[in-house]
Amino acid sequence: MEVRVQNVRKEFDRFPALHDVSLDIRSGELIALLGPSGSGKTTLLRLIAGLEMPTQGKIFFGDTDASEKTVQERNIGFVFQHYALFRHMTILENISFGLKVRPRSSRPPAGEIRRRALELLDLVQLSGLEKRYPSQLSGGQRQRVALARALAIEPAVLLLDEPFGALDAQVRRELRKWLREIHDRTGHTTVFVTHDQEEALELSDRLCVMSQGKIEQVGTPDTVYDHPTSPFVFGFIGESSTLPVTVENGELWVGGRAIGIPAGDASPGEARLFFRPHDVDLIEADASLAGVVSTARRVGGTRRVELEIGGAGHLVEVDLPFDHPAGEKTRLAFRPRRWKLFPAG
Amino acid sequence: MATKLRARRLRRTSPTSESRLVQFLLIAIALAFMGVILLLPLYAVFHEAFIKGVGAFFAALGEKDAQAAIRLTLLVAAIAVPLNVAFGLAASWAIAKFEFKGKAFLITLIDLPFSVSPVISGLVYVLLFGAGSFLGPWLKSYGIEVLFALPGIVLATIFVTFPFVARELIPLMQDQGTGDEEAALSLGANGWQTFFRVTLPNIKWGLLYGVLLCNARAMGEFGAVAVVSGKIRGQTTTMPLQVEMLYNEYNASAAFALASLLALLALVTLVLKTALEWRFGNEIAAGH
Ligand SMILES: Nc1ncnc2c1ncn2[C@@H]1O[C@H](COP(=O)(O)OP(=O)(O)OP(=O)(O)O)[C@@H](O)[C@H]1O
Ligand SMILES: [Mg+2]
Repeated sequence: MEVRVQNVRKEFDRFPALHDVSLDIRSGELIALLGPSGSGKTTLLRLIAGLEMPTQGKIFFGDTDASEKTVQERNIGFVFQHYALFRHMTILENISFGLKVRPRSSRPPAGEIRRRALELLDLVQLSGLEKRYPSQLSGGQRQRVALARALAIEPAVLLLDEPFGALDAQVRRELRKWLREIHDRTGHTTVFVTHDQEEALELSDRLCVMSQGKIEQVGTPDTVYDHPTSPFVFGFIGESSTLPVTVENGELWVGGRAIGIPAGDASPGEARLFFRPHDVDLIEADASLAGVVSTARRVGGTRRVELEIGGAGHLVEVDLPFDHPAGEKTRLAFRPRRWKLFPAG
Repeated sequence: MATKLRARRLRRTSPTSESRLVQFLLIAIALAFMGVILLLPLYAVFHEAFIKGVGAFFAALGEKDAQAAIRLTLLVAAIAVPLNVAFGLAASWAIAKFEFKGKAFLITLIDLPFSVSPVISGLVYVLLFGAGSFLGPWLKSYGIEVLFALPGIVLATIFVTFPFVARELIPLMQDQGTGDEEAALSLGANGWQTFFRVTLPNIKWGLLYGVLLCNARAMGEFGAVAVVSGKIRGQTTTMPLQVEMLYNEYNASAAFALASLLALLALVTLVLKTALEWRFGNEIAAGH
């Protein structure tokens, strides 16, 4: 099912949590809502679910306007951050809840409900635990029950709010792979919220970066990573270093020195240069970014050094091979391989 | 030397534990106090009740006015408790699950009966429904008697006991939040299904606890009921009122026979309450 969010604004007691947000979610895709805390991800997800109503704007499910529809009518599967499993029901009862509460006319017979619930339990790899209660499961297992419960009603859209937020890194990675598999097998249109960019980049078909109640950029993980359209996205997705520069004579200057980077079509004046710390070449040319190492530390397979550039004391990070002999006070010169220029401010 | 030191240190099991003597004294004082204030009177009640023998005890209970008092007490509780359960559920649902103006005021209002003397509560109803009031004569013209009749007793009892269920449920429901309800709605359940299948099971032990306390108070209420009932023997006297009347008539053994029933109710309530706390402590809101 396609979902279109059209110019939606949401206020809580006059406080705008979302400003004029528009987003087209394609049928069958797995899209991630990514952004810092308080950027409005949960709010957007709850608006799609119908757990909140927009102050302005509309939300379409396919061609029908869902803005006036209740949660129940929207037929969504919602997986809550803290699972919200029914603690007094067994796992099997939890999973079959959505089918059992259907009106008699559309409710499958009891045997059929049980069969479907067991099938889902198998899908989420928890066969044999159907008689347990939620309190007798681990966090990862609870999360999977929550997903099975949401899938049981064959939702038009599956919405997940930080599905792995409360789990440790190891379990997160496993569940991530597993969620992707389930998505590929069931083909549900899926929206999931996360503030873990690694998760978003690895798992999603497209991602939607949000900040302060606005959508900053929507695109495939590669597009967003390689071609960020705003300083915020560049800084938020992946590692980044930034430096104030001056555009003059079609070149970039730092502290009165040309650094060997063409300005392209940037207008003369102040600007900000962004690049990835790992995407640099060490060079010996005059026209380069040169600085003195202020700290150097080994991070896994690389050595990350902080360089003090020019006289103004701007600090940038660059990655070197871990066996590079750079230590404190070493002088280094480099040039980014890829970069992006944004207006200052 | 070193072992001696360690031995001395071991005797104090924790930094907050006092010496044996202090512990002993504190426990002894507490027990003696309980004995004098609680157990002795309880013993006295049962002792007095049976002082003329088992036969007299049952005769006193079987007496016509005593029977009427027991029936009235049960009837009043049977009306007041369910109404207060309904009110308590509605109020705590509203307070815990919605945001609205005047919420803090409503919470304060719910506590009002705890801070008002029961006699005052009774007097308020006399003012509202008495002969000099506006409502009383108007209702009377339709043949409805409130004061010195069952409706007045029920109203006064409801007023005095309505905080119990609500006070028990509000913190519990606030603690549980709306997550489970939202999950149920997202799975397609309607409002009633959500309430009966999700909300109610989540609060059932807390609710039972509140009902227990509410019932104990409803059956034992004296002050407010005394004011509105008019104490018409055999008609508007509840058990506590009947006990007082018998006692004032120097009929101590009959008074204590009836009182022993109330004491028994208190004991049963206490046992059930403890059992609930012990078994479902984490599902019953703290604060009692
Ligand atoms: N029920 C509410 N009442 C008032 N303000 C709210 C409410 N829900 C959210 N907000 C506000 O709206 C903004 C967006 O909140 P939201 O929960 O959508 O953020 P989020 O991106 O999900 O953050 P996180 O990553 O921390 O979960 C926040 O500033 C928050 O304080
Ligand atoms: Mg959130």
